[in-house]
Amino acid sequence: MNITVCIKQVPDTETRIKLNADSTWIDTTGIKWIVSSYDEFAIEEALRLRDKNPGSTVTVLSAGPLRVVDAIRNALAMGADNGIHIELPESADNNMAAKALAGALKKEAKVDVVFTGKEAIDDGAAQTSQLIAEYLDFPHVTVVLGAEYGPESIKCRREVEGGAIEVVEAQYPVLIAAQKGLNEPRYASLPNIMKAKKKEVKVLKMADVGVSESDQKIRIKSLQLPPPKQAGKKIAGDAATQAQELVRLLHEEAKVV
Amino acid sequence: MAKVFIIAEQRDGRLKKATLELVSYSSTQGNETHVILLGDNVAGLAGELGQYGAKVVHLAQAPELKLYSAEATSRVVTEVVRAHAADIVLASHTPTGRDFMPRVAGRLGVGLASDCTQLTFQGTDLQVRRPVYAGKALAEVEFVGPGPRLATVRANSLGAPKPEPGRTAEVVNLTLNLSGLKTRVLEVAQGNTGRPDVTEASIVVSGGRSLKNAENFKMLEEVADVLGAAVGASRAAVDAGYRPHRDQVGQTGKVVSPTLYVACGISGAIQHLAGMRTSKVIVAINSDPEAPIFQVADYGIVGDLFQVVPALAQEFKKVKEH
Repeated sequence: MNITVCIKQVPDTETRIKLNADSTWIDTTGIKWIVSSYDEFAIEEALRLRDKNPGSTVTVLSAGPLRVVDAIRNALAMGADNGIHIELPESADNNMAAKALAGALKKEAKVDVVFTGKEAIDDGAAQTSQLIAEYLDFPHVTVVLGAEYGPESIKCRREVEGGAIEVVEAQYPVLIAAQKGLNEPRYASLPNIMKAKKKEVKVLKMADVGVSESDQKIRIKSLQLPPPKQAGKKIAGDAATQAQELVRLLHEEAKVV
Repeated sequence: MAKVFIIAEQRDGRLKKATLELVSYSSTQGNETHVILLGDNVAGLAGELGQYGAKVVHLAQAPELKLYSAEATSRVVTEVVRAHAADIVLASHTPTGRDFMPRVAGRLGVGLASDCTQLTFQGTDLQVRRPVYAGKALAEVEFVGPGPRLATVRANSLGAPKPEPGRTAEVVNLTLNLSGLKTRVLEVAQGNTGRPDVTEASIVVSGGRSLKNAENFKMLEEVADVLGAAVGASRAAVDAGYRPHRDQVGQTGKVVSPTLYVACGISGAIQHLAGMRTSKVIVAINSDPEAPIFQVADYGIVGDLFQVVPALAQEFKKVKEH
């Protein structure tokens, strides 16, 4: 099988976001970059599927500035076979990223499965996976908690609201967007980290994958930090008094219950 | 005035509140509001959509639409939106809306702004605001190139929907072509909690690791059930196995924006604050007066949650009974 994973590099969740001078982007100095959390489940699933199907390969793709090669190396260290970096500007939107990733996948030998995370934890848009599937004309299944890989189709359990689970059958080739719980991602071992440094990461430019500036469909005009909150009211007394006073305030002052 | 198309969400023959919120908001902002309603045997819901401000309900009914699928939904929506030259297309940023809207955007070759918390209509154009980095920053987003403009909207962001009894919508039955679908929804196993999802609930009662075990979350469930609220959890509580991941609030869980958020025994790690700080009213109950959660709380109780929470359940019951 030809198995592929599309991943995104994002600021670590501990990051305190600061803005650049003209408030059009974040200040990236000092940020620790990581592989977006849900993408780790996608990488792990791809590796497990490869190991069950001898002769298969896992190719990892990421679109973005030069720094994203580190994310690709992380995936290679987990055990992926090849990497592809598509150069995109920092400000590229979901559509540009999806078009670039789909464009690169079209250049590959027939792809059977594309794995992604259900959303990236930076912009949280949850768009790029479905857009990649659209541009490849693949069906997609998002928020996947479990998958059975049959010869013709994949049967997925996907999480919907209120704890309900949908069982969806999708024909190959297919895109699967992973939810936490799909598997337990492995850690990269030291020998694999060393080996990953020697694995090839192919570089593609926007023109190579048929993407241009006109594929940018939304743009961030400005960024703002959330306004600081006023100090709240502390409610004193014993537990019974505190509870009584809180409920009175929520009912009479805040009017939310 | 824009021609706005809203994709309705229904489950088991009931419209989602988030759908009514979109319809009501679009209509009160003076837009010609159309609703696309998909399902099997759902014509009866058109009347309710009319009351909330829909001018036209485009009805797509077929056995294949009984259970939601991204493939069928995006196909129907794309056709309707194209045929009527919509200016703006909206869906809720629910598990359903966020799943199919990108495919509509890709097929139309236009941009989609996801998880918006503010919509500004300007003639036939749309400007939006959306939280990024799970709410650590807010982005003002503009669309580039020709429309239609597509957006998904976070539930509870636009204000409570208001019906106008007596208003009705024109109903248009759509002719559908649903052949050649590559996905099939085999079944939906219902969640049996009976509580709303954390992303959709007006009130969320959340617990952290201080709850000590899964059993103690029953305390929070009792408060939640009095209020019709959802039960949420911090990452620490989820990682400790007290709650399933679907209840996790924060940057690596769900981002919520309820009217009232009650944080019990949650210290307030930056990732958690990011996931709930846009809540309208925040209550924090914690034994540590220095806990960061108090910096975002409107009302704070420094105390033992094992005493305060049961007392709260009793007090809420009294208010609800009156």
